[in-house]
Amino acid sequence: MASTGAEIKQQIEEIEPFEADQEIEGGDVVLIDTREPHEYQEAHLDGGKLVPPGLLADQIAEAAPDKTARTILYCRSGNRSYKAAEQMQALGYENVASMAGGIIAWQEQGLPVIAVDGMTPEQRDRYSRHTLLPEVGVDGQLKLLNAKVLLIGAGGLGAPTALYLAAAGVGTIGLVDDDVVDASNLQRQVIHNTERIGMPKTESARLFIEGLNPDVKVVEHNGRLDASNILSVIENYDLIVDGADNFPTRYLLNDASVRLRKPVVSASILGFDGQVSTFVPFEGPCYRCLYPTPPPAELAPSCSANGVLGVMAGTMGTLQANEVIKLVLGKGEPLVGRLLLYEALGTSFTELKVRRDPECPICGENAPEIPESEMGQFPDYDLFCAGAGGDR
Amino acid sequence: MATIRIPPVLRQQTGGTPEVEATGSNVGEVLRALTAEHPDTEAQLFGEDGDLNRYVNVYLNDEDVRVLDGLDTAVSDSDTVVILPAMAGGAR
Repeated sequence: MASTGAEIKQQIEEIEPFEADQEIEGGDVVLIDTREPHEYQEAHLDGGKLVPPGLLADQIAEAAPDKTARTILYCRSGNRSYKAAEQMQALGYENVASMAGGIIAWQEQGLPVIAVDGMTPEQRDRYSRHTLLPEVGVDGQLKLLNAKVLLIGAGGLGAPTALYLAAAGVGTIGLVDDDVVDASNLQRQVIHNTERIGMPKTESARLFIEGLNPDVKVVEHNGRLDASNILSVIENYDLIVDGADNFPTRYLLNDASVRLRKPVVSASILGFDGQVSTFVPFEGPCYRCLYPTPPPAELAPSCSANGVLGVMAGTMGTLQANEVIKLVLGKGEPLVGRLLLYEALGTSFTELKVRRDPECPICGENAPEIPESEMGQFPDYDLFCAGAGGDR
Repeated sequence: MATIRIPPVLRQQTGGTPEVEATGSNVGEVLRALTAEHPDTEAQLFGEDGDLNRYVNVYLNDEDVRVLDGLDTAVSDSDTVVILPAMAGGAR
């Protein structure tokens, strides 16, 4: 039997992927994929028609009606296509070739494939440790690639958040910051570097992200959010990461995000202490349910005045990134209705319950309906928070 | 004695310690024991009317005392009272 098989095998023309590529480029080639549908779904050659081996006798006449036409068959590694070529020859096809090494060899030579699930071969490779996880998979990775996330602040918290969201393949990352990179930032703001001191943080962050992952589109909002622009900025995003350095921005963002029903992953850091929570409008409490009014200045010192352990930014920023990814995937239990405190000196986590406030002026039961004409009109937050200590 | 967790912004007033022990049968008494021991904390915790300032959240273990009985919420020796003002630090 073995010797008979070898004899038959010599009768089928085998061609290398580069030869197949040249013939396909030249046109007038019928290209047949002799694998199973799920393999075809993952990746196939452009123009390849699927004819699974078990269905060849039934389907080949439709896929390749002209028995005299040049016909190239391929499969995963070259075996099934060879057998299919024998079968076709027996059916009277005159000019059949099998591609040696199959689509594996084709891809190893850097030739392009169509990935029906929307991921390129490079993406399959880059995100393979994600797609191996049942909680992510290809579908979850595609959600990440299609997600639009806005980071408020490209500094202490924004830097590690941006780093991991970019690495994870979040397709669009918006960055709001009006500051430039300063040497004193570099102890914790890991996406900036010494060479980029003096550069706008949004630009520095974009350069970093582009170097890390070409799949990510970075949108720079080099400025400060205020009542006049916040709705038009945040409406373009699926969710928002709040790493703002001041109370006026935090309250403004809360009110606007509740209005547009955008989830906000909020964190803050000071010294050796950090807090993080996730606010999903009307599903859980909002920032004002937790903190109805900002504290006075003496209770709201800034990192620049009080100092912050650099790695705290990394701890809390990556917790924020984790929340974002769970929200995008729709998996796990985000920190909705929970405030997580982290104290770095003792390495201790504390979780507190946060409840919706029925009296909340923004998301409570009797919160005023604001007419369309007043959308984007907010109270004077700077006055409201006067003395509440931004970090400027 | 119950344990009180002191937020970073109040530690200057408590000699730098992140936790203090205080005696009291309810949250109000425990906090008053704290302000008696560390008088500089009083103005930041309580308003002139004697109520907690609205910008200070107080939790008994993991629950906001406002959804319990406020300052009258009973405290036992094994309980932890967490004082939590809002923090804004992040970007800079």
